[in-house]
Amino acid sequence: MEHRHQKAPLFHVRKKDDTTFVQAVLIRAVFIILALLVSALFIFFVTKLDPVSVYMSMFKGAFGTARRTWITIRDACLLLMISVALSPAFRMRFWNCGAEGQVLIGGLTTAAFMIYMGNKIPTAALLTLMLVVSAAAGGIWALLPAVFKAKYDTNETLFTLMMNYLAIQLVEFFVDFWDKKQSHSVGIINMTSQKGWFPALFGQQYAINILLVVIITVGVYIYMNYSKHGYEGTVVGESVATARYAGINVPSVIRRNVLISGAIAGIAGFVEVAGISHTISKQTAGGRGFTAIIVCWLAKFNPFIMAVISLFLVFLDKGAAQIASDFGLNEFASDIITGILLFFILSAEFFINYSISRSEPGKEAH
Amino acid sequence: MKKTLKTLTSLMLAFGLAACGASSGGSAAPSEKPAQSADAAATAEAQGSGKKIGIILVGDENEGYTYAHMLGIKNAASKLGIADSDIIWKYTIGEDQTCYDAAVDLIENGATLVISNSYGHQSFMQMAATEYPDVTFVADTGDNAWTTGLDNFKNAFTSVYESRYVSGVVAGMKIAELAEKGELVDANFDANGNVKVGYVGAYPYAEVVSGYTAFYLGIKSVYEKVTMYVEYTNSWFDLTGEATVGDDLMSQGCVIIGQHADSTGAPSQLQKNMEDNKYGFTAYSVGYNVSMLDVAPDIALTSASNVWEVFYEYAFNCWLNGENMKTDWTGGYNEGAVEITPLGSAVAEGTEAAVNDVIAKIKSGELHVFDASTFTIGGETPTSMMADVDADFQDDTECLIDGYFHESEFRSAPYFAARIDGIVEETE
Repeated sequence: MEHRHQKAPLFHVRKKDDTTFVQAVLIRAVFIILALLVSALFIFFVTKLDPVSVYMSMFKGAFGTARRTWITIRDACLLLMISVALSPAFRMRFWNCGAEGQVLIGGLTTAAFMIYMGNKIPTAALLTLMLVVSAAAGGIWALLPAVFKAKYDTNETLFTLMMNYLAIQLVEFFVDFWDKKQSHSVGIINMTSQKGWFPALFGQQYAINILLVVIITVGVYIYMNYSKHGYEGTVVGESVATARYAGINVPSVIRRNVLISGAIAGIAGFVEVAGISHTISKQTAGGRGFTAIIVCWLAKFNPFIMAVISLFLVFLDKGAAQIASDFGLNEFASDIITGILLFFILSAEFFINYSISRSEPGKEAH
Repeated sequence: MKKTLKTLTSLMLAFGLAACGASSGGSAAPSEKPAQSADAAATAEAQGSGKKIGIILVGDENEGYTYAHMLGIKNAASKLGIADSDIIWKYTIGEDQTCYDAAVDLIENGATLVISNSYGHQSFMQMAATEYPDVTFVADTGDNAWTTGLDNFKNAFTSVYESRYVSGVVAGMKIAELAEKGELVDANFDANGNVKVGYVGAYPYAEVVSGYTAFYLGIKSVYEKVTMYVEYTNSWFDLTGEATVGDDLMSQGCVIIGQHADSTGAPSQLQKNMEDNKYGFTAYSVGYNVSMLDVAPDIALTSASNVWEVFYEYAFNCWLNGENMKTDWTGGYNEGAVEITPLGSAVAEGTEAAVNDVIAKIKSGELHVFDASTFTIGGETPTSMMADVDADFQDDTECLIDGYFHESEFRSAPYFAARIDGIVEETE
């Protein structure tokens, strides 16, 4: 056909940078109200429940008692720590998808020290030692793909993902190795002696967890935003060519930042094993290594926003569990409700960053 | 920094608005509240008003093993007149700190009896039991309560090896019928002329070994010349893994495929293979926990299953009357705690009568599942069988007494871990 008409898309999506603070707040507010309304429709028409009591139940699940609140904070802190761990790598556009494995390997090292050294050295020294070795283990787990990336430009996404499977298999091996009962479960390590467990601080069981996370979060924030090394990482992320031109040793920056990334993930494994679960299994990381990618990305590397998002995701999780408990709704129903809430919140971010307009026919068709 | 603060404030504002949104969302809904939610809300409110039962489940109703527990709990509660609001449920609780957190949360909400349903919950239940001596804890399928010396920590496990034996009889009848009608193909026989049977096992542990040995002995009681191949999935619940292993066993010529894994993966796969005529013969399934007739109507013979209601009725009764429970509870056919699910249309003629006969013999004590005269180990009839009962990885107890292996008598969890002749474990 000679007079072929080129079809223009119905809508055009444009990136916009001119959203004001007030607009952004308004957009988010509108979307959150929409999210709650749409969820309410689902709750009312599909599950035949009263939306207000379902929302109340979610809130109670996360903050209903002092213990629940502490557990919510504890879990949010762990997710935050892994998200913070990812940022030095992500800032360089090094897609570390291996946090799951780095957490596991840090946890595995911690568990090994609890088992073998528990009765040999005092708890304070043991905890310090475990902190160091778990960081080293996580760091090495991440460094391996980084070395290959720096030297041969291998694909770090696939490499770090494969390292996850390696970590899972290693954990599976050691679970069977340490499990004397042939039941595929290590059980609680040092249950009676509590050797290598985080002690309560200021009467609070999870004070050390929270303290560690705060120190590391602030540390990474300062490193990324106010240090020369951190800045080098940003430059590498924006353009490798620019970095080279500026005389930055790119391979060395990649190795250093990824090492830091893995080390913090390893410490998160230490916090999970010594400070929370006191056991090790392939579920120890529990998918947080992947959830953290969403947190880190949504927050655009800002650790304070990561904290808010982590708390929100953990809140949704605890809330979903509570509605299952209170109303006998199964996992799928709770997942739909949290899915609707998340979908609208992500949509709000889209409308803050992009504008949509109707295409004008003729004008766009060249 | 300024920008950060700005974003932070905006988010906080946004979440603040979310709280207002909640009430506006609520008022938009019709004011007529469905009765169900009012009840449930009342349950949530009734904290501390009385004794409650807390239930910790590894899955929810979408998972066969947990569903069987839920059914048992609900039936037992309604039989004893325990109100719905007196039972607090925790679903999809992992075998980690979440289990301990759930237990303590249940106690804070008034539970004086806490029951968990998966093996891996055990040590977290034990930790909670140490801290809360006034609350009774039961770790279903656990094995170490009696070694802990805790008066408030219990284990429970049905004598499911009995119903596995009976399900083996159903399979044996089917093999006998196929052989008689000449419907077995060459691939179904090994070099020695034994008919091949497959078994999808979860892990190579005593619980599974005890189960498949009972199944095998049930088959052998009807049809002598069989060899059984066991392949492991290394998971208790893995739909695709079990389907793959089931298919693999069938490709090796297995005509019956039993299972000790919790999903419907294997029977679904066998049904599909039959429909596609994939291997030129039909393999029949003997399932676990639930009837497989829904997913495999043409090839499911039956499933060995537990009637958890019997245990829960016992436990709830003790709880109601303030009695201390047995440290190790078990129950088999005599207690009504095990059964096989309804027979499928594919079973051999006369199966029902044979099954009833065997069950009657098990009940009367005339037939013992692990009768030492019915199997050999290393070519010889065993005269002594030591087993690891206190879970320290060392055989410590003589279990071969009066000519048969005494399973689930020294503790409720199975400890028959001997490998008998005629069963081949396939480990890659």
